[in-house]
Amino acid sequence: MAIDRRDFLKATAALGTLGALTGCASLSTARKAGPKVVIVGAGFGGATCARYLKAWDPNIDITLIEANRDFISCPFSNTVLAGMNNLESLTFSYDHLRNIVDSFVQDRVTAIDSVKRRVRTASGLHFDYDRLVLAGGVEFLFDKVPGYTEAAQRTIKHAWKASVEQTGVLRQQLAAIPDGGVFVMSIPKMPFRCPPAPYERACLVANYFKNTKPRAKVIVLDSNPDIVVMKQLFLTAWKKHYGFETANSMIDYRPDNDIHQLDAKKMVVHTNFDDISGDVINIIPPMRAAALTELAGARASDNGHWCPIDYRTFESTIVPNVHVLGDSALSVFPKSGSVANNTGKMCAAALVELLNNRWPDNAPVVTNTCYAASTDHTAFNVAAVFRYDPVAKNMVAELGGSGISKQESELEFSYMESWAKNVWADSLGLPEGYRYTTKF
Amino acid sequence: MKLIAALALLLVSTFCAAAPETLMTHSRVRFMAANCAYCHGPDGKSRGSIPSLAGMDKDYFVSRMKAFRDGTRPNTIMSTHASGYTNAEFAALGAWFATHK
Repeated sequence: MAIDRRDFLKATAALGTLGALTGCASLSTARKAGPKVVIVGAGFGGATCARYLKAWDPNIDITLIEANRDFISCPFSNTVLAGMNNLESLTFSYDHLRNIVDSFVQDRVTAIDSVKRRVRTASGLHFDYDRLVLAGGVEFLFDKVPGYTEAAQRTIKHAWKASVEQTGVLRQQLAAIPDGGVFVMSIPKMPFRCPPAPYERACLVANYFKNTKPRAKVIVLDSNPDIVVMKQLFLTAWKKHYGFETANSMIDYRPDNDIHQLDAKKMVVHTNFDDISGDVINIIPPMRAAALTELAGARASDNGHWCPIDYRTFESTIVPNVHVLGDSALSVFPKSGSVANNTGKMCAAALVELLNNRWPDNAPVVTNTCYAASTDHTAFNVAAVFRYDPVAKNMVAELGGSGISKQESELEFSYMESWAKNVWADSLGLPEGYRYTTKF
Repeated sequence: MKLIAALALLLVSTFCAAAPETLMTHSRVRFMAANCAYCHGPDGKSRGSIPSLAGMDKDYFVSRMKAFRDGTRPNTIMSTHASGYTNAEFAALGAWFATHK
């Protein structure tokens, strides 16, 4: 194989149909210096993408646009609900990231012109790009839950994006619940952000009740037919710690329970089976790719809910030069912080090649790890290694390279803590010696 | 023009088919090493109880990964990850972390 890549590119570029002929990712036109990448969203995906893009090719001009003032971590926010941590300890400044990128803009994107390659923001700014990265996470579909109106949302929280208004308020509600009170939580159908997290939430809230108001209980209304991940590990933990399947169970798990109507005034949830009253109601609504992706026309597959991508580059298969990361992407990956972090790097690696007129890796290997806490001192994991199959054009979980813990352990709780510190540092560029205030 | 198109198509198909999946390009190994950072810390320097990888001896790294994969060193999480990589990838990652201290 003696074809020089540059000659090859020159030869085929003349035809102008490289992408169509090969099915390979589109290549940008040659340029001397400073290609422009605009990244929207500085969560685990966008922040990581920005950091690695700059590290791997300082010549690339990066604009990072983020609507929020601070980064508030969703991972570990269940520990806030359980009173183990406060929200401040999960809140990180963007200052470190601000020093890495060429331009950090706190603003909201209002329009995307994918032909002119231009992004507009609420404050009237506009940014031109060679490549656009959309890392906006998820958008909630409140209207899929009858009664989950704007008025209802003032008291019924999802706490599925961590914030003072969500996580903070739900924590106050749980702290005020009387002994003997009932916490009702509802899980949407898959796919949703962070599949183990609702079951972890049930564990940690039950753990909090056990320590402070032992007659209170958790009712879990799951739209899914069963626990969606690490089922045996969760069931074992529920039995061991929370009396599951006994008369005094602190967790009442009800699969196949769709919400037909929420009555926020009377604090009642009507399901296909029952009417359930709660002292505190927590509804995690169904979700889809961030609204941002709709602005670019990239949200089109699976009933218009998610964004199909090329796994080698995370480029949208619908809109050229627009890349979609993390939870918004239609993929075989779980919608986890770990995956968002790693796909940020995969996208950065591909962009460095594309923007320098080289081919991106044709068979990348990437991993996911999710830890879930079963108590305030034990945890377990699910993990997988995915390898791109160029023939099937799909990511395939490696045989043997996917698995779960044999049992919960304190060691894995300490690993979970270490994972959090490392993924925060890796995503946000926290310096060595950074002082975390989280209590584990 | 037809000839050029046919030639280009031939080149294209040859190139795509020939892009070797096991080739350890710098870019691939760099990403594979970066992939580990979410648990093992940025640049393989951990901020917590999970071990750092930066500066680890290559042979030690490779033997550990094989032991995790073969189950001779029981550890649920690394057994899972190690089972997803090839020996060539262990060697490439080991060399990477040994030289990036």
